[in-house]
Amino acid sequence: MFRNQYDTDVTTWSPAGRLFQVEYAMEAVKQGSAAIGLRSKTHIVLGCVNKANSELSSHQKKIFKVDDHIGVAIAGLTADGRVLSRYMRNECINYSFTYESPLPVGRLVVQLADKAQVCTQRSWKRPYGVGLLVAGLDESGAHLYYNCPSGNYFEYQAFAIGSRSQAAKTYLERRFENFADSSRDDLVKDALMAIRETLQGETLKSSICTVAVVGVGEPFHILDLETVQQMIDAFEIVGEQEGPAAEPDAAAAADQGGSTEEGVAPMDI
Amino acid sequence: MTKQQANWSPYDNNGGSCVAIAGADYCVIAADTRMSTGYNILTREYSKICKLADKCVMASSGFQADVKALQKQLAARHLIYQHQHNKQMSCPAMAQLLSNTLYYKRFFPYYSFNVLGGLDNEGKGCVFTYDAVGSYEKVGYSSQGSGSTLITPFLDNQLKSPSPLLLSVQDAVTPLVEAEAIDLVKTVFASASERDIYTGDKIEIVVVNATGIRREYMELRKD
Repeated sequence: MFRNQYDTDVTTWSPAGRLFQVEYAMEAVKQGSAAIGLRSKTHIVLGCVNKANSELSSHQKKIFKVDDHIGVAIAGLTADGRVLSRYMRNECINYSFTYESPLPVGRLVVQLADKAQVCTQRSWKRPYGVGLLVAGLDESGAHLYYNCPSGNYFEYQAFAIGSRSQAAKTYLERRFENFADSSRDDLVKDALMAIRETLQGETLKSSICTVAVVGVGEPFHILDLETVQQMIDAFEIVGEQEGPAAEPDAAAAADQGGSTEEGVAPMDI
Repeated sequence: MTKQQANWSPYDNNGGSCVAIAGADYCVIAADTRMSTGYNILTREYSKICKLADKCVMASSGFQADVKALQKQLAARHLIYQHQHNKQMSCPAMAQLLSNTLYYKRFFPYYSFNVLGGLDNEGKGCVFTYDAVGSYEKVGYSSQGSGSTLITPFLDNQLKSPSPLLLSVQDAVTPLVEAEAIDLVKTVFASASERDIYTGDKIEIVVVNATGIRREYMELRKD
């Protein structure tokens, strides 16, 4: 009821102790097209759905290489995502220049989170409207982090963000215990399956999705269309048998819209 | 009251010579591997050659600490270029970047005498030669460093066209075949190491052509 009184700028608290502008920024992430990430002990795979505005236009780039050992997938305001990617690339280059070694992922996500936090405490700024799935490899192993507009960050075994991501999350929740020991190819297949869950019936083709991999001995790169199509073809036959499982996921997706009306602030997940 | 002179210099000269020769479809870049200071040798096995991009290699003589810093700067800028353009920098583009980077420090220069060699966008060999503050020129061949006064006249004799009226400077690409150019480089360094005390030990020869980049070495006088 009082939401509209306290949501004018980011530096105003609501009586319930919430910053509505930040929560609205998190909504922007949910409006973006889906991005997913999953990891094993040695590899991390990022995937995203390419939504073009119309048949005539190209789709937006949602996966960025940050360095040989780090890549990021975004959901939400892609312009904000591009700016943050540029920041991340600069940080990696500067660190490499000074220390002649790759920037540890954990450090990068903290810097990113602190940068996002600044925008939640300045009256002349607005929060970044983009969620980032940061995939990186460093001395302590393979990592997948999610950075939110609120300035929080979490490490995940597997995660999905953006529209209809609940369907992908349900799929990942069923399978994540096996990911740690998965082979690289199985991990990519699981990523494609998770992307397919978000498409809700639409055929999975390499033209509507992008997949990127980073792992031990494999610098971050985006897989080309033929490779992705081959992998889709390889498991599509198995995919038809799993058809009936798609329907319960449609019911799960409807819950996503309701959560922000409840008392719990989404930032405290 | 006479003007006080500095009792410490931020620069040192580590000596050595560099050469580059451009061909129709290749480029040869070579440098000796001796690093000295004063009349002493610091090491006999130091590389003065750095790969900046897929088809672009730089050799630099002078103060190696400044050379190293310059190489790192260019490598970082190249990475940014690749992120923004999704491709490697071409040799002429890198040539301009090097010039700008050097001039940026016009009033505290990189003590680095560079030759840049590689293939341009059409696959033709190109060589660019620089002074310490970024003045550069596209040439068919060049030499820098302590042995350059001995090497350049010989290269002029072998490679320079008799008159600029016959062959314009833009087309200054040697008629030599790759193997002949490498041979010429070896001859030239062997001569330079006879009389220049700072040139010797070993030559590192880098050849850039359509198939990629390859490296060879040749022993020189150790004295």
